[in-house]
Amino acid sequence: MHGFESAFGLAFGLLFSADADLMEIIALSLRVSLTALLVSCLIGLPLGALVATCRFWGRSALLVLMNALMGLPPVVVGLIVYLYLSRAGPLGWMQLLYTPTAMIIAQTILITPIIAALSRQILEDLHEEYSEQFRSLNVPWPAEIAALLWDGRFSLITVALAGFGRSIAEVGAVIIVGGNIDHLTRVMTTAIALETSKGDLPLALALGLVLLVIALTVNALAFVMRQAASKFAYA
Amino acid sequence: MSTVLPLRVEDLTLILGGEKLIDGLSLTMAEPGISVIMGFNGAGKSLFLRLLHGLVPQTSGSIHWAGEGNSENMRLRQAMVFQSPILLRRSVAANIDFALKVRGLGSVRRRDELLELVGLSHMLERPARLLSGGEQQRLALARALSCRPEVLFLDEPTANLDPASVALIEDTLKGAAADGMKIIFVTHDVGQARRMGAEIVFLHQGKLEEQSPASTFFTRPVSRVSQAYLAGRIVV
Repeated sequence: MHGFESAFGLAFGLLFSADADLMEIIALSLRVSLTALLVSCLIGLPLGALVATCRFWGRSALLVLMNALMGLPPVVVGLIVYLYLSRAGPLGWMQLLYTPTAMIIAQTILITPIIAALSRQILEDLHEEYSEQFRSLNVPWPAEIAALLWDGRFSLITVALAGFGRSIAEVGAVIIVGGNIDHLTRVMTTAIALETSKGDLPLALALGLVLLVIALTVNALAFVMRQAASKFAYA
Repeated sequence: MSTVLPLRVEDLTLILGGEKLIDGLSLTMAEPGISVIMGFNGAGKSLFLRLLHGLVPQTSGSIHWAGEGNSENMRLRQAMVFQSPILLRRSVAANIDFALKVRGLGSVRRRDELLELVGLSHMLERPARLLSGGEQQRLALARALSCRPEVLFLDEPTANLDPASVALIEDTLKGAAADGMKIIFVTHDVGQARRMGAEIVFLHQGKLEEQSPASTFFTRPVSRVSQAYLAGRIVV
């Protein structure tokens, strides 16, 4: 118990002294996860809107696939990306393995289905509500999509935050394609796994605390936004 | 003056789920002004309005506006106000701006004039969904009018509204009709139909039961079903 308490003390010490190694790991984690989130939103939101508003052959199968992909095992994604990016793989010539870019690719693959599937549900409900008015006004399809994305923005921000939560807490894929290399691809989750296995609990705990604070902040932000939007009947 | 008249509907039929909801309906509307569609619940009034506006495709039959079939191009010359207003999750002003932008008619002045007309000019930035029922319906009417339609459809636009909102909407519609707009609206309110209608189209079980000038319909209804409706009797 004493060791546990001293580990906490050391963890807070690292945090309050803004330890350089710790800050580097936090910064890289945020850079990788936020970039993956941005790319996922750029792909997932239009895809979700497309599936929400269009009726086409195979749509039901696509819906099942999108929902199933939300539960993609990170290690499997990591393995597939590894195979593609490894020297012998089809994209080996790009020399991306064990770089932050490879980690971004893996996380993008993991969270794009989440963004697409959750946004599809939100946008489909909104489209159901608006569709008759849109047809009455003869709203062109691109304007329809833009209006749905704009009017659904508060709910979609919650979706994005869910995607961010998944990516920042993910360890399986990034450790395979990033390699957990110090000062290059070490992020919070992989560092926690490594430091715990080494018995360096203070750093692991400090990183764990930061992860918890980020998770809490993300959820608080989502809550506040939903509350504000509901208050003004925009959600 | 409306250039989409006459409206000719021939043998219009709509079958949904194996049920004939509109049954071989034929009529002509040649005069501008206000035509009121009446009938018992389930008579097909709202469906008929949606068919005329092109929101629901007919199973058979035809709809022609001044000889032109019901197309997307024709819908650009029409607008509709639904019984439950469908408002965007935006401010009052943004709801009108959206319609103006989509129709390529954007102008702040036009928006402000319309909101003034329906008594909402002091609520520009208020979230549309926080308005009262009457205010929401007036906003929906202003948005429809912003499209400068030649034909305006309204599906029970004043159902459950307070008398002040009803009067404002009626006055706005009378003004639009006086400017040459063709207005076709559904109502169950006999008093309102008397006040507003130049002609009454009475539907029963998806069929045209009677089409008469309002003065005739309310004094000497021809059809037995119309007589029962006006007398407040239920017809099975």
